[in-house]
Amino acid sequence: MPFVADETEAAVRELLVDVLGVAPATVAAMTDDTPLFGALPELDSMAVAGLLTEMEDRLDIIIDDDDVDGDLFESFGSLVTFAKAKVAE
Amino acid sequence: MSAQPDHLTYDIDWQEERVLGLGDRNAKRKILIIPPLFDEMNRMRRATVVAMRDLAARGVATFLPDLPGTNESLALMPEQDLDSWRAAIKLAAEQLGATHIAAIRGGALIDDAVPNLPHWRLAPVKGASLIKTMMRTRIAGDKEAGITTGTEDLMAEAQISRVGLSGHLLNLKMVEQLMQAEAAPLLDVRTVNVGVGADMITGSPLWLRAEPQDDAAMSAAMAAELDRWSASCGG
Repeated sequence: MPFVADETEAAVRELLVDVLGVAPATVAAMTDDTPLFGALPELDSMAVAGLLTEMEDRLDIIIDDDDVDGDLFESFGSLVTFAKAKVAE
Repeated sequence: MSAQPDHLTYDIDWQEERVLGLGDRNAKRKILIIPPLFDEMNRMRRATVVAMRDLAARGVATFLPDLPGTNESLALMPEQDLDSWRAAIKLAAEQLGATHIAAIRGGALIDDAVPNLPHWRLAPVKGASLIKTMMRTRIAGDKEAGITTGTEDLMAEAQISRVGLSGHLLNLKMVEQLMQAEAAPLLDVRTVNVGVGADMITGSPLWLRAEPQDDAAMSAAMAAELDRWSASCGG
């Protein structure tokens, strides 16, 4: 069953805490405009690999390598938008 | 005083592999811990050993073996696959006199090597998730070096000889087995995860962290759960 939108956003927040070890309070304060890649020291290109796989498992989606580009991790909002689009597929 | 670790071994043919042991070797309950696989093994090492020390204080002995090709092993990683690791676990369980098996994450992909003992699993993972992450890490690393690599290139590398993923040289059989592997159904198995609620232990998925961490509360919860579980079955 597809997630409703808010559940997807909550799942993305949980991912950032679990995979990157970012403080829960920091993640809870994130808005759509909060920059991620380049702004969050925990998020490097290696950590992205683990994040994508865990996102697939938790949201029951498949992410193609072609889906992943630089904009995906630009901001919290862009990541949530991507996750929601995948869940809706 | 905290229990001192014993540095033990088990034998695979003529090859000795290392085992970290904690607790009284004559204890009634002796738990063989199958570590997570690849990078996750390192990320969980500290939390696991702290839990083992706690279990020793509770009168439960634990053994944490090196899988061939990992840690101190003289065996070569490119010669390993899930079957060679299963064979190693079977020998370790026999030689150390294990009464219970506890598998963490990818360890659950090979714990069916000892089907007759009671089993405990922490957050079992599909092999496909492990290998996908390793491939993505390699692809990202190559990209930073200006090289475009795809999954099919990595499979082709494995077919020719072996593929280097996150510092591990894997043969084709290992890659193909991982893509299919899931924790096997066993008669006597208890599965727990980290989080809040039934069949959960306090903690967070330390095995995912890019930066290794430990978590004293999680280790304490693991030890309490393993003590309770192992007392309830086998031995």
